[in-house]
Amino acid sequence: MNTENPPFLVARYALIIAIVGGLAALLTFAAGGLGGTGVTAQEFVDLQQGHTVHAGFRRAHAKGFCVAGEFVSSGALEPHTTATLFASQTTPFVGRLSIAGSNPTAPDLKAPVRSLALSFAVGEREAWRTAMNTPPVMAVRTPEDFFLQLSALAPDRESGKRDPGKISRFFDEHPESKAFTDWASNYQPTGSLATEKYHSINAFYLVNSGGKRQAVRWQARPVARETGIRPAPGRDALHREFFRRLGQGPVKFDLVFTLAAPEDDADDPTRPWPQSRRQLVAGQLVINSATPQAGGACEGISFDPLVLPHGMEPTRDPILRARSAAYAESYRRRAREHWLGRAGEAGE
Amino acid sequence: MKPDNTVATYSFTVRIIHWGMAVLLLSLLLAGLTMVRSLEPWQPALLGLHKSLGTIAFIAVITRLSARLDSASPGLPQAMHPLQRAAARSSHLLLYVLMIALPLSGYLMQSAAGRPIHVFDSLTIPTAFPVNQELYGLFRETHFALAASLAVLVLIHIGAALHHGLVRRDGVLQSITLPKGKLDKA
Ligand code: HEM
Ligand code: HEM
Ligand code: HEM
Repeated sequence: MNTENPPFLVARYALIIAIVGGLAALLTFAAGGLGGTGVTAQEFVDLQQGHTVHAGFRRAHAKGFCVAGEFVSSGALEPHTTATLFASQTTPFVGRLSIAGSNPTAPDLKAPVRSLALSFAVGEREAWRTAMNTPPVMAVRTPEDFFLQLSALAPDRESGKRDPGKISRFFDEHPESKAFTDWASNYQPTGSLATEKYHSINAFYLVNSGGKRQAVRWQARPVARETGIRPAPGRDALHREFFRRLGQGPVKFDLVFTLAAPEDDADDPTRPWPQSRRQLVAGQLVINSATPQAGGACEGISFDPLVLPHGMEPTRDPILRARSAAYAESYRRRAREHWLGRAGEAGE
Repeated sequence: MKPDNTVATYSFTVRIIHWGMAVLLLSLLLAGLTMVRSLEPWQPALLGLHKSLGTIAFIAVITRLSARLDSASPGLPQAMHPLQRAAARSSHLLLYVLMIALPLSGYLMQSAAGRPIHVFDSLTIPTAFPVNQELYGLFRETHFALAASLAVLVLIHIGAALHHGLVRRDGVLQSITLPKGKLDKA
């Protein structure tokens, strides 16, 4: 040990402070959102959950119930992907039918968007999750624009009302939303969750054993035909109708894949692909049972669409790639509330 | 464990892993903090890298621990106050606890979410138990708390190391840097 002070003592302390302080600053900066000038996952989920937080519930698509069944593969996708669940076999799944919005007690029939999410039990080593909505396309192509869209649609804090001027201004400023608004103006909600079409919206790649990538979108197409009969009114109209329907037998959907042509832009979720594109029925989704979400098998699942099996890959679609972090943030919030015993009940 | 105070530096293996892991852990901390906020298109790739490298960090710390217990470690200078030496030793112990518990909490968190770990697309670690939301909440918050503790402790550790190297100049910094065996540690 050198007992005397070394030369340039002040400079030596300054260097130590600079190094430690610099590292501390870097970590703090990272924790505050390094790399990316846009919206953060936290800001996005803050917007989605709205002013009234429903503890323990998903911050989006909060109202829903669990379903379970099996996927009976037709083998039609086998030449396009190595994913084992598309070979000729049957794979059990847990799913969730829901409506968009952050309110777990919202009236079923008022929701603009209905959804089907699926988590396939591919084994302990693999998983496939998908969350699908009724619209076939998005109105915008980036998470920043989606944030602006949700902000424009959000009801005013004071009046609780939406501002139609703000909404139409948003769509005017975003001409890429045309396919979406065309769909929205023609869309007729069906009388049952069992007769809706649910779309992946974002495109993905199927990868086969030769390493060839094929861009695809998929949809769950109902087997049951729409009757035109309106469900009995009530806050849980669609839920009740579905449970009653299941009493008569399984609810089935065909899982239909649309194969993109080389000229289709797989990274743009606002643009529909032409009707003439080749479609393959990958198999049938057979829903055998349904349970309330509280304590149900779907409750603890985050249907992050980037959970993909070998043989499927994400495209570069910026909306798709933003979803993972947002779902994880919502999952973190609700899981924390469940762990701490702070989860509320629907109706509170 | 071999007796302390008989050598001036840590063994070659301990030194190599120390610096390799220092870079790895700082990168993992930065990547972790960045990716949980980002909605950028590279977020999923960074998340995948974080899980792969986090698993490597776990393998590295187990190797490191056995190398550390297998070789003699240099003692701290007698000129240090016994309390200071005790603090230095317990901070090393705590660093080891964090280095082991942090990747474990990451793995358990992913298990609770029902997500197997794919390490660089070549090794798959299956989930340990079925999906469980309460456990996800527990392990997710644990992962953050352990990561934050590691970050704070590492900053103190670096500050202390630089103090030894630049101000006290007592051979402690050299014990983890230089391969030289003969250092004045009196
Ligand atoms: C940047 C775009 C998007 C963001 C930030 C976003 C965000 C979220 C969040 C935070 C949740 C709650 C997750 C949870 O707690 O488990 C959620 C649920 C959901 N999202 Fe999205 N989303 C986006 C795009 C989409 C698209 C394009 C679709 C449809 C194809 C979609 C369909 C769904 C469905 C169906 C659910 C409910 C899943 C369930 O039942 O748990 N989302 N979304
Ligand atoms: C010593 C190694 C590791 C370090 C230093 C580390 C550090 C971190 C940090 C700082 C965060 C951000 C936490 C927050 O801001 O809330 C994080 C998140 C995360 N870590 Fe790690 N981690 C390590 C190992 C692992 C391992 C082995 C796994 C899984 C196999 C893992 C999986 C994750 C995941 C999935 C997240 C994001 C969770 C979310 O999206 O909400 N980590 N990590
Ligand atoms: C993530 C970063 C780091 C961790 C987790 C870490 C951890 C450790 C641990 C556990 C030891 C005990 C010896 C062993 O078993 O390896 C140690 C020793 C040491 N480290 Fe680090 N270290 C980090 C970064 C650094 C940096 C950046 C420096 C230099 C500026 C440094 C300087 C030292 C010194 C001088 C020793 C020897 C201390 C003694 O023998 O009392 N470390 N470190």
